[in-house]
Amino acid sequence: MSDASGGIAIGSLLLALLGGAMRASTPFLFVSLGECITEKSGRINLGLEGTLVFGAMSGYGVSYLTGSPWLGVLAAGGCGMLLGLMHGLLCSLPKVNDIAVGIAMMLLGTGLAFFLGKPLIQPEATLLPSLNFGDWSSNPQIKTALQINALLPIGLLLAFALRWSFAHTRWGLALRLVGDNAAAARALGYPVIPVRIAATVAGGFLAGIGGAFLSLYYPGSWNEGLSSGQGLMAVALVIFARWDPVRCAQAALLFGAAGALGPALQSQGVTSGYYLFNAVPYALTLILMAMSWTPGKTLSGAPGELSLTNR
Amino acid sequence: MKAIREAGLTLAPISAALITTAMLFAAFVASQGYPAFEALFMVGKGAFGSFFAWQNTLSRAAPLMLTALCVALPARAGLVIIGGEGALALGGLAAAMVPVALNGLPVIVVQTGMALAGFAVGGGWIALSGWLRYRRGINETISSLLLAYIGAAIFNFLVEGVLRDPASLNKPSTPPIGDLYGIGAIPGMDVHWGLVWGIVVCIVAWWLMRHTVFGFAVSMVGGNPRAAQMTGIPVGKLMLASCFLGGGAAGLAGMLEVAAVHGCANADLMAGYGYAGILVSFAARHHPLGIIAGALLVGGIGASGSLLQRHLDLPDAAALVLQGMLFISLLAFETLNRKGAQRV
Repeated sequence: MSDASGGIAIGSLLLALLGGAMRASTPFLFVSLGECITEKSGRINLGLEGTLVFGAMSGYGVSYLTGSPWLGVLAAGGCGMLLGLMHGLLCSLPKVNDIAVGIAMMLLGTGLAFFLGKPLIQPEATLLPSLNFGDWSSNPQIKTALQINALLPIGLLLAFALRWSFAHTRWGLALRLVGDNAAAARALGYPVIPVRIAATVAGGFLAGIGGAFLSLYYPGSWNEGLSSGQGLMAVALVIFARWDPVRCAQAALLFGAAGALGPALQSQGVTSGYYLFNAVPYALTLILMAMSWTPGKTLSGAPGELSLTNR
Repeated sequence: MKAIREAGLTLAPISAALITTAMLFAAFVASQGYPAFEALFMVGKGAFGSFFAWQNTLSRAAPLMLTALCVALPARAGLVIIGGEGALALGGLAAAMVPVALNGLPVIVVQTGMALAGFAVGGGWIALSGWLRYRRGINETISSLLLAYIGAAIFNFLVEGVLRDPASLNKPSTPPIGDLYGIGAIPGMDVHWGLVWGIVVCIVAWWLMRHTVFGFAVSMVGGNPRAAQMTGIPVGKLMLASCFLGGGAAGLAGMLEVAAVHGCANADLMAGYGYAGILVSFAARHHPLGIIAGALLVGGIGASGSLLQRHLDLPDAAALVLQGMLFISLLAFETLNRKGAQRV
């Protein structure tokens, strides 16, 4: 398994990356699925970074007060819905730009979370349980790598369910129509603005759950440095995944693994480029986004009403 | 008469947003069990209530004017750039290394070199976002923020690595630039000359955008890129240029913070001026002269934070909440602005 002669053991590095994919991908997964729903309706919510942080704070707080981490997850989702509702309503006013409101919501969500979360930095809340799929192995590294949080399978199932509903259900088709051509949707009698608000609320719900994962499972505490752009990377990831929920899930796993690269190399004694390795997920996002676009063409699968792509 | 009407139409939504923000903040603070009116009073007092408060506000306004230009200038070309923090950090780092390289040369040479280095590096960093947008179709809002995180990583890597002054033990820093090459205070005040730099750069940016062919062409790109392309305007080059100038302004902010405040480049440089500049620019509707006023407002909110913390025991995030509420209110009241179409 291990080959220590070259300085870096490739086997255990790969295991660490697998562990990272299993452990750290969940927030990417939930935020990107949420953003996928919102963007399908023709709007972009950049404020999910703020929703993620606020979800982390509220989830931790409720779990601490009630002793139930699952209530915390629900509360985080509920708070995310409220923030999503705010974004959805503001963007429905004439002349209000969805990207600008997203930036403002990022600031407000983070600010409120830091303000209200001040008393939560010390106490210890009940965390989410984990499922151990690695018990068959005696290798402790495999055991850790296959220790999976309960939210990950839920998120993966959700990804497949969403892909199916976008194609086969009434509301999925309505959502896509509103996102692709608002005039046509209006002509067919679909209420464009309410559908978009609902899609933003649903997106906020999922992003809030992603935040609860950060504070209630991994890293598993509340502090002000909890998220460093995961919410934003997840938004970028939706573009790379071409608005397909299952591809969102694959990309989320990839990002979880990329984030584990820095700590994994550090534990093997590679310390010189520590800060640079931490920048890998951000650079990866940029590279993947650059690769998924060909000059002069619209992205395949892009919702037609999305201000992100059709300028 | 017409000018007064114009000014009134512009200022009415902003005033309404300010009043709404005050009411929202008071309600929020009261809901958390703090005295609402005292909190509002403290914000006013801590921002503009005394000579000391004014000095604090003005010192914060200086870098904010420059980081706001990092949003405002690309916005003229229709781009929403929010990664000024990265340009500020890397520009400041580049500027901090100039006195080390040019040690012994006259002050004017070294300071010019610092300003140029900060401007060029900051400008290049943001121009990267413009390039990615034009050549690779990547949304510039997302790429600029990702680049800000990457910039911070490069900054930390260099400051804790090859550029570290071995004498800086607890806080890794670059070698001190020395008092000789630093930028001093305006006589009679505790505010450094960077304030004047900021105001001058804002005026120059206004002149450039309002009274030159270049500025007119950039605003055509922002208004309708396809029409601009049809008329033969080099859309890509102008996008890049506006990003470079904006990033350069943010890099200059980093240079001023190094030369006038910290005396070297270290983690203190990344104090959030890049992010607060976004709010300043939106509050000023991306107008370079309006930015001077917007920087006083947001600088004042920042200055009042410590007073709120000391006298009312509010968490330090109170200033952040206030900024967020102001941002939301400003955008919401944009809907009342009758002239013009939707803008970034």
